[in-house]
Amino acid sequence: MLSAMLGEAWHAMGCNRMRTALTMLGMVIGVGSVVLMLAIGQGAQYAVAQTISTMGSNLYILISGSTSTSGVRTGSGFGPTLNVADAEAISELDDITHVAPVHQGTQQLVYGAKNWSTTIVGTTPSYLDARAWTLTSGYAFGESDVRSASRVALIGKTAAENLFDREDPIGKTIRIRQTPFVIIGTLAAKGQNLDGRDQDDTVIIPLTTAQRKVFGVPFAGSVRTIILQASSAEAMPAVEKSVTALLRRRHRLRDDMDNDFYIRNLAAAADSAAETTRVMSLLLGAIASVSLLVGGIGIMNIMLVSVTERTREIGIRMAIGARQKDILTQFLLEAIMISIAGCLIGLLLGIGGALLINAITDMVIVISGGAVIVAFAVAAGVGVFFGFYPARKAAALDPIEALRYQ
Amino acid sequence: MSEAVIRVAGLGKSYVTAAGLFPALKGVDLTIQRSEFVAIMGPSGSGKSTFMNLLGCLDTPSSGDYFLVERNVAHMPGDELAILRNRTIGFVFQGFNLLPRMTLEDNVALPLVYSGIGREARREKGRQMLARVGLDGYALSLPARISGGQQQRVAIARALINSPRLILADEPTGNLDSHTSEEIMALFEQLNAEGITIVLVTHEADIAAHARRQVRFLDGFIVSDTATPVSELQPC
Repeated sequence: MLSAMLGEAWHAMGCNRMRTALTMLGMVIGVGSVVLMLAIGQGAQYAVAQTISTMGSNLYILISGSTSTSGVRTGSGFGPTLNVADAEAISELDDITHVAPVHQGTQQLVYGAKNWSTTIVGTTPSYLDARAWTLTSGYAFGESDVRSASRVALIGKTAAENLFDREDPIGKTIRIRQTPFVIIGTLAAKGQNLDGRDQDDTVIIPLTTAQRKVFGVPFAGSVRTIILQASSAEAMPAVEKSVTALLRRRHRLRDDMDNDFYIRNLAAAADSAAETTRVMSLLLGAIASVSLLVGGIGIMNIMLVSVTERTREIGIRMAIGARQKDILTQFLLEAIMISIAGCLIGLLLGIGGALLINAITDMVIVISGGAVIVAFAVAAGVGVFFGFYPARKAAALDPIEALRYQ
Repeated sequence: MSEAVIRVAGLGKSYVTAAGLFPALKGVDLTIQRSEFVAIMGPSGSGKSTFMNLLGCLDTPSSGDYFLVERNVAHMPGDELAILRNRTIGFVFQGFNLLPRMTLEDNVALPLVYSGIGREARREKGRQMLARVGLDGYALSLPARISGGQQQRVAIARALINSPRLILADEPTGNLDSHTSEEIMALFEQLNAEGITIVLVTHEADIAAHARRQVRFLDGFIVSDTATPVSELQPC
């Protein structure tokens, strides 16, 4: 019975191709835009999540306070308020997985006839763990290298490309401010951070070597920043409190004095970036949904016209034995078939559009199975919802009146 | 011995109009036996169309009883009436009422869609019925391609497809010229000879003359019921 009804619905769709196509167009545009917008939104979310994951998770960054000399105040990070001993004390606290003091600056690298200016990061081995940074070749320096101020370096992908072209950097000696460093490892590529800065344009060396040979420090053992990683996102507020309390105690700050350091939550910036893209993709989805709704109303419109136009046909069908539910089924199936066919075409166009955008721009596009299924289910739902009223109207016709209808 | 296909008792139908309740049919008694060929006649407004709608189970009576093949259908729910229209009754209309965008075989087989018959079986049966009314070879034509007389034959084939006990024809020759009308009436006579009960509405005496019994309606009542062919009373 249902297959016969499907055949009837198919036949009816074929009878007025232009009208069927125009009705479908509403669904095509609706579903197509939903799929495309979701793909763009999810792509943006994916890109942000990707960037955030390269920074490392649950990170805090401690920055030393500013100094004031003859009325000239430096920015934060220049005061000698944080030191390596602080970092060691922090690592004793609960819920902290990694702590790494960092001394960072820009220097010129020289290799043979080539040179390149890059960010030099002087730190300890935990830095790589905190930032979840792996090596593609070679090995990382250890605590003993930090203690003995070894002249070894890990090189980022961008810096390596600029200095070595296609040469293998491992074992090569570069010079930073006349000090030779042996490259013992190459860092895995991380791409841009949230600010758009290239994280791979860097060289990582032991903290002690950086302070003694590269940057020089006015006070032995002081560092500008300390990176610390909490064991979980839930533990972060507690960690922030305990670290602040510890440092205030260690720095002998009275209750009425301000902190002589800054503590910054990197996750907060990441969260706000993620939230922004989430809201953006919701907004895109909402706008696209409106066009899906309009498509549904288009179907209802055409189905109502169709019922009026085919009143006599409905009368004939009733006279030769169609029950009310047969007529209802027929018109409902017609609406559902139009919306599903429109949905399929819309899916293809949406996915095609997404792939096209992906091909001609560097925008990240993510087409998820979930989005496709949701769009499909919504389209079928729209067909039922907007098809039901006209179908019920058709089924409720009086056969005598319908037969007399001209 | 003989079996009543139609038996109505005190059948009445009133319509609600702006002017109040309008009685279109005011208590009609009639029995039609199997294999009868009955013409219903009367001027417009006489209640004959209302009567035909009730006989065809397209409408339900306001009062009285209607036994179709010994079953009282006066108060049947709509879905059961639909099944009767599908299986027990075949309709032939003045305006043929074929679906314009369907092939003739599909038109003829349309009632089978509502009997749950598969598509190939439907078409096969449709072609058989077309052959029975003399239209073999037209299975894939569209209604607009054939003449009015041929269209009415297709409509009759459609009415016959579920082997009904009763054929109801409402002015079946009203849109046809006299020559074609004669052909259609000959077809009805042939079907009647095969044992199918036929009730037809007409206002033309020479058409009614093909039937073996004439029932006249006036103002919602039956005013005459005669087995004498009307044509014998009139000069031809």
